[in-house]
Amino acid sequence: MNSLVQPRKWEKVFWPLFAAAIFLAVWHYAVLLSASKVFPSPLDVVNGVEELSHKGVLGAYVVDSLRRVGTGFGLAVLFGVPLGLTLGWYPAAAQVVNPVIQMARPISPLAWIPLAIVWFGVGDAAAMYLIFLGAFFPIVVASMNGVRNVPSMFRRAGRNFGLSPAALLAKVVFPAALPQIIMGLRIALGIAWLVVVAAEMIAVDSGLGYLVIDARNSGKRYDLVVAAMLMIGVIGLALDLIFRRLEKIKSVRWGFRLEA
Amino acid sequence: MSTQASNIVNAGPTAARAVKTKLRAQGLSMVFRRDGKETSVLDNISLDVHEGEFICLLGPSGCGKSTMLNAMAGFLAPTSGTVTIDDEAVVGPDPRRIFVFQERGVFPWLTVEGNIGFGLFKLSKEERERRIAYYIKLVGLQGFEKAYPQELSGGMKQRLEVARALAVNPDMLFLDEPFGALDSITRLIMRGELLRIWEQEKKTIIFVTHDIEEAVQLSDRVVVMSARPAKIQQIVEIDIPHPRDISSPRYLELRDGIFEQIGLAHKV
Amino acid sequence: MSLLVRLRPWAFIAVLLLAWQIAISRQPNHLLPDPITVLGAFVELARRGLLFKYIVASLFRVTWGFLLAAFVAIPAGLAIGWYRRTEMALNPLIQIFRPISPLAWIPISILWFGVGDIAAIFLIFLASALPLTLTAINAVESIPAVYVNAGRNFGLSQASLVYRVLYPAVIPQLIIGLRITLGIAWLVVVAAEMIAVNSGLGFLIVDARNAGNRYDLVVAGMIMIGLIGLCLDMGMRSLENIRSLRWGYSED
Repeated sequence: MNSLVQPRKWEKVFWPLFAAAIFLAVWHYAVLLSASKVFPSPLDVVNGVEELSHKGVLGAYVVDSLRRVGTGFGLAVLFGVPLGLTLGWYPAAAQVVNPVIQMARPISPLAWIPLAIVWFGVGDAAAMYLIFLGAFFPIVVASMNGVRNVPSMFRRAGRNFGLSPAALLAKVVFPAALPQIIMGLRIALGIAWLVVVAAEMIAVDSGLGYLVIDARNSGKRYDLVVAAMLMIGVIGLALDLIFRRLEKIKSVRWGFRLEA
Repeated sequence: MSTQASNIVNAGPTAARAVKTKLRAQGLSMVFRRDGKETSVLDNISLDVHEGEFICLLGPSGCGKSTMLNAMAGFLAPTSGTVTIDDEAVVGPDPRRIFVFQERGVFPWLTVEGNIGFGLFKLSKEERERRIAYYIKLVGLQGFEKAYPQELSGGMKQRLEVARALAVNPDMLFLDEPFGALDSITRLIMRGELLRIWEQEKKTIIFVTHDIEEAVQLSDRVVVMSARPAKIQQIVEIDIPHPRDISSPRYLELRDGIFEQIGLAHKV
Repeated sequence: MSLLVRLRPWAFIAVLLLAWQIAISRQPNHLLPDPITVLGAFVELARRGLLFKYIVASLFRVTWGFLLAAFVAIPAGLAIGWYRRTEMALNPLIQIFRPISPLAWIPISILWFGVGDIAAIFLIFLASALPLTLTAINAVESIPAVYVNAGRNFGLSQASLVYRVLYPAVIPQLIIGLRITLGIAWLVVVAAEMIAVNSGLGFLIVDARNAGNRYDLVVAGMIMIGLIGLCLDMGMRSLENIRSLRWGYSED
């Protein structure tokens, strides 16, 4: 915004590395200077990651977390998208259901834990239910808004060409709404990833979230705690990037002309 | 590069004006580099703009005339060449030469008064209010002092932007297709308004447009520019005094001459 | 809108409540409450003075964490967005921190702050700071160049440019971002309270279950959480309606 000189290409790689280096250095020396016995330095964390992968724990836990996210998120998509499309298509339905959605949305999925445990017991199912909850509402809202925001001239053009309502929905409204739906999915996936980590702290006995709590509780292994956090960050980022790739597919890309 | 190639002979009497050079562009070239590709937009352009004149840069869309205007106003640094105003090199934007963008340049978070007073921060409160009132009257926005731009029409927003530009009393105004977003009737009205203001305030105005009629109606000289990379194709002196009769033979002669220059048949 | 249409959503809610009531009475699960029992739970909480106390506790934590985050993150984000190279440098770091659930910070926050309010506020601060930074960065980058150019044209100093052009131009987007982030903060406070403190709505839910399987209190707590979250959201939305700010939301 403010630079009068265009940054060069190499700078795109240089500056992030520079910032990361400074961050790591500050971290390292802060730990050194505070002579903390417990808090890990960057090196400790790296060793922690190695240790976990050696024990096979890392891979197993990552798979567990991903599995839970996949199931919960998948179910949320399965139920949420059609519901959202319907609500968007029939404004009357949206008007009726909306207040309930608005009231349910601010309730953190974690607040559902006691009920989830009553219904599903402690374990995977409860965790997946929480993830489902976390992803469901954003998906419904995004799908609903996607349909609502389709300019009426598209619908009119479709009817002009003699499309039946079903064909209209499939061939005009859905493709037109797709960019917004996919963006909603990406955001919901991010939320799902946050929820799975939180849910695993409480209701299960494997996964990255569980590792964060367990590493501390059984031995104050903060190096493993931070290692787990790092993995959480990296995988969450990877999921987000994969989704952004999806958004770049040409048949969807038109909706994102403002995204770089 | 010749700057005097007018092929309309027997120019009638021009309005008496001191032919002092206000802005001088010499050897202006602009090359844009993007993703490894080079695009040459301006090709060695030289131009003298006289003090107090109304001069148009005319050319098809995308030919580089906006780039040239931005370079002259100091928003872009040319790849080579210089621009001097009053013999002073142009190194950046300056309140003595205000750029009028299209209507979208007005600040939406300020009222009409707020916008016009925007550049007047160095003045005392009374002086500022006096000026604001004067320019509101000049552009005809009385009654809308406390209105926000979103409540104004396109033409009114354009007038607001002109008022804001004039309020700081610049020497020069640069206008980049300012009426492009307006409907044709409003455009006609705005042209008249602009001329009225120009004759009253006597600023040097450089006006960019792709509309031949507009150029011939408004300016003292029309700089016809070629397509990219832009060169000055011709400079046509419009020697008809204001108000111009757009059906007079002289007007049509000048206009058609430019039509031919650009190579357009004018039978629809 | 006709009265009938206005009432429809409430009718829908009534239907849901009825279905709930019927489901429970059909299958008397000794754990799960029916709507009437939940109502009773509300009354009980109000009488014991806990309702008010817990709501205030949760709001207190959310307010502190959120405001701290706003004061830190917004100027930081604006600065990062303004200086292109800073954005290039810091963006990858931010992107890695973002997916880390605030709750994953619990061990560290307890290590640093011990169990209690400060740890909870820290979690909310974390949860709010990152989205707010990103909002601010985005807001700055979306300022149309015309505004900045016009500011420079009128001879504004750098400081004036920031104060008179950048800051007003980003406010609409910031307010939307604040509203969304407040929603996130509210979600996190509930979760944080389940773990690190002994008052508040989140605590209520966990405690009611642990100390006696009082699921009526649990559900009452959940409903309060939903209602207050909704009120916070509506409160923020009303900010978007202030006239001198409304320019940012009208489609030009």
